[in-house]
Amino acid sequence: MINKTVKDADEAIRDITSNSVLMLGGFGLSGIPENCITALLKKDISELTCISNNAGVDDFGIGLMLKKRMVKKMISSYVGENAEFERQLLSGELEVELIPQGTLAERVRAGGAGIPAFFTPAGVGTEVADGKEIREFDGKLYLMERCLKADFSIIKAWKGDTAGNLIFKGTARNFNPMMAAAGKITIAEVEELVPAGELDPNTIHTPGIYVQRIFQGKDYEKRIEQKTVRK
Amino acid sequence: MLNKDQIAQRIAKEVKNGQYINLGIGIPTLVANYIPDELEVVLQSENGLLGIGPFPTEENVDADLINAGKQTITMVKGSSLFSSAESFGMIRGGHVHLTILGAMEVSENGDIANWKIPGKMVKGMGGAMDLVASAKNIIVAMQHCSRDGKSKLLKECSLPITGIKCVNKIVSDLAVLEVLPEGGFKLLERAPGVSVEEIKKKTEGRLVIEGEIPEMSFGS
Repeated sequence: MINKTVKDADEAIRDITSNSVLMLGGFGLSGIPENCITALLKKDISELTCISNNAGVDDFGIGLMLKKRMVKKMISSYVGENAEFERQLLSGELEVELIPQGTLAERVRAGGAGIPAFFTPAGVGTEVADGKEIREFDGKLYLMERCLKADFSIIKAWKGDTAGNLIFKGTARNFNPMMAAAGKITIAEVEELVPAGELDPNTIHTPGIYVQRIFQGKDYEKRIEQKTVRK
Repeated sequence: MLNKDQIAQRIAKEVKNGQYINLGIGIPTLVANYIPDELEVVLQSENGLLGIGPFPTEENVDADLINAGKQTITMVKGSSLFSSAESFGMIRGGHVHLTILGAMEVSENGDIANWKIPGKMVKGMGGAMDLVASAKNIIVAMQHCSRDGKSKLLKECSLPITGIKCVNKIVSDLAVLEVLPEGGFKLLERAPGVSVEEIKKKTEGRLVIEGEIPEMSFGS
């Protein structure tokens, strides 16, 4: 089996340069590639385009990359919970494309699956539809959305093997599987890396064909945005 | 006038046995607290879960298990997990029976605005546009008026639209209203102690009143 293992986050992201288009997995702070974000912060790069559902919080996740002014453009669906983001957006320092969450998920899925564009009802009649082709199918209006691809997809899984096969846990799956397929180079960090053959093929969520580099992550903080407990 | 919990409690009466339901952030999340135990329903979280359970105990908090509002949750028996692409596939595909969400404004033809205040609040639409464009049955939980007394049930929305002609029913702090297919808010129920006159005064869009309007009841 092809061995995709690299030593650590620094080696995995070694060739990411300024002006790259990155996809970063996660929803909120759940399932974000913590180790790779830490490694990116050490690099002297900027003008990145980041495709990610959210933009982290001020002091964690992509929020740290924004603070360091590494990001030229964000493509996201929801960016609340981040004051620095809102400041950069309202002042025009940061270019932002806000798109419906389901459209984002499908544009990424389409990018990895060889579908250049598709029609969705989400956003018809709203400013999201501005400049997009509208078509009627069976009496209902839809707008055309293009697929998304990335130079590097950076994702996080629960378990992985040396062949790049991945298993996610809970709702930390979110955007990670689609992003795996939509990156020219996909980097997966995992909480538990095992030799190929140790994961049951029946339980694999993302097949290793989509993953070019995988490494055993460390020191996961797994910060919780809204800790809510039973009264 | 209803408080937030009472709005949620009234909306819970709209829930039917066997439904798959998506609850938005805010008041809609509270609806889960009032769904009668004898109803078998499944709550969807659009990040990728069917079968949202109660909030966890302190010991059971899991960073890998959150709802669409990023709150920590648990799963009920029979839950399933999937990607966000699959999740919105089931939303767009019409498999979710009922969507309950908040709104800043609703127009008399059923347009909803709930994602942006230009120049002030730009947090993004999240999954709201996908939900309102696809759901078959949309109930909105909202305040009837803004803090300075302006109606939020309008002829036309003034804020950027989230979706067009999609709202079926509204439960506000003052009333329950149905959005008619031909346009207009049909008054169905009044909140306890609220007069039809007051609702008339606080509804800018076309209000349709037929016969006696009953007061809401909260009993089952």
